[in-house]
Amino acid sequence: MSKNKVTGSFRRRFKITSDDRWGWLFIAAALLVFIIFTLYPVFSAVRTSFLKYKPFGSQFIGWKNYTDTFKNALFFKAVKNTLVYTVVVVPLSLLISFSIAIMILPFKKGTQSVFKAIYYLPGIASGVALSVVWLWIYDSSPSGLFNQVLAFFHIPPQNWLSSSKTSMLSLMLMALLSGQGGNIIIYIAAMMGIDNSLFEAAELDGAGFFKKIYYVVFPLCKPTTLFLLVTGVIGSFQVFQNAFMMTGGGPDNSTTMIGLLIYKNAFEYSKFGLACAQAILLAIVISAISLLQFKLMGVDVEY
Amino acid sequence: MTGLYSKHLENRKKAVFRNILLTFVLIFLALVTLFPIFYMIMSSFGPAVATSGDTRSIFPKRWTLDSYRAFFNFSPHSLRWIGNSFIVSICTVLGNVVFASMAGYAFAKINFKGSKWLFGLMLVAMMIPYQVTQVPLYILISNKLKMTNTYAAMILPGIVTSYNIFLSKQFFQSIPTPLLESAKLDGCTQMGIFTRIVLPLSKTVLAVMAINTFMSTWNTFFWPFLVTSRDSMFTIQVGLKTFKFANETLFAPMMAGATLSALPMFILFFALQKYFLEGVTVGAVKG
Repeated sequence: MSKNKVTGSFRRRFKITSDDRWGWLFIAAALLVFIIFTLYPVFSAVRTSFLKYKPFGSQFIGWKNYTDTFKNALFFKAVKNTLVYTVVVVPLSLLISFSIAIMILPFKKGTQSVFKAIYYLPGIASGVALSVVWLWIYDSSPSGLFNQVLAFFHIPPQNWLSSSKTSMLSLMLMALLSGQGGNIIIYIAAMMGIDNSLFEAAELDGAGFFKKIYYVVFPLCKPTTLFLLVTGVIGSFQVFQNAFMMTGGGPDNSTTMIGLLIYKNAFEYSKFGLACAQAILLAIVISAISLLQFKLMGVDVEY
Repeated sequence: MTGLYSKHLENRKKAVFRNILLTFVLIFLALVTLFPIFYMIMSSFGPAVATSGDTRSIFPKRWTLDSYRAFFNFSPHSLRWIGNSFIVSICTVLGNVVFASMAGYAFAKINFKGSKWLFGLMLVAMMIPYQVTQVPLYILISNKLKMTNTYAAMILPGIVTSYNIFLSKQFFQSIPTPLLESAKLDGCTQMGIFTRIVLPLSKTVLAVMAINTFMSTWNTFFWPFLVTSRDSMFTIQVGLKTFKFANETLFAPMMAGATLSALPMFILFFALQKYFLEGVTVGAVKG
């Protein structure tokens, strides 16, 4: 009897239902692509990070790629550059998009959409196109656009991108001036979701405009801010294209960030193993930040 | 309009004045934001070769299409770059709309063995930065599969993304299950339910998915740059980068190239603005 019962549940557990068949059929293509182009590369990256990679006959060298990374001054410079870039760009971009969203808020739906579209527009142009344009805006000759603006204030022309004093600043300014549209739209959506009664209650308590922002909008937009903060930090840890297109990491590696360093190790110096080791370190840092986000989200979302 | 702003019921003029002031600030900031694009388009109509002593101004002194001609004359394949971008983008969009929505439906509504941990695995994989996979992927495509300079190399790795599977799953979950169950009782197969009930209900999310995918594929530079070396296979983004590095001094033709590379997106944006803007908030704001 009891034996029968066991095989019964065993059968039920392993019986293939029609839903099983349909399910696997529906995900078959996606699964195949996922295995070949995501899963396999991830495992291969871990393996490669322990190799001195050669197309034929790679050597196993243990943790050497990792220890080499931590002995490399350029790696620390890239980490420092990435952190500086992140610490400046991400909070400022949140502040800018939050303020613009607040300013768009009092208008009617139609006007809001117009402003949303305008601010979003630069975000749809390709990074390559934008970097080409900004390259000329930062042109170091007196006819470069920013230098013309400086000339108006009687300041001599600057070598924006080709001086290690201003190169990082130039990349930051470009990021701040061209990519706020998405954040603004997300903030507006969050602000529109705030219940009016909360503002009325605050008003009864004698709160003015700024107090309402501080005591109502701020806390209620906290999950959104946290989301944008984390995605912003993750995105800025991976920044690659603008530095690659505009400065190539120079001058004197003043704009070499971790994404560009990994690219150069891999595709300029063919140090595949080293590049994989550094990419895995980056992935570990990024997943730590994501986990932190989930933890904060879980504990700290209050209404 | 939210209650954040006082309605100034006692004094309407105050509210009007405040809105005018805000409009001015917003328009000023918008001009700053849009300026690079405006500058790009205007300058692209300037003369192809700047004569010495010329200062660049925002509006060209002489309007001409010379710079576009110069861009197209740079390589015999310039026109083909745009075609290549279209081929790669459209194939990627089709693949994602078909396969990602199928997978998303399976994860949302079909109760099959292994679905939970498989979906979890895909979510985890979404957090892995592309730097991790770029080297092995490059070795796979170029050394093992020998696919360099093919459309397949540019299309296949992105033909179904975990993000799109996640996006469609989130949406399909909102479709009431009893609706699908009753169709099942009427003898509809899962394929029938999917094509006849689920897809017609999901036009918006599919459109958002298609547009997001088109935009990111059209604008992507890095992967096509890695897997193409023959200039007949470049996408427009790779072509523009090559043009830039080859002609460091040609200001207006570079702008013409940049304008060309962005033009299809601008047209699409003005035609389908609603879906673009919707695409930003989908999956971003917690419910």
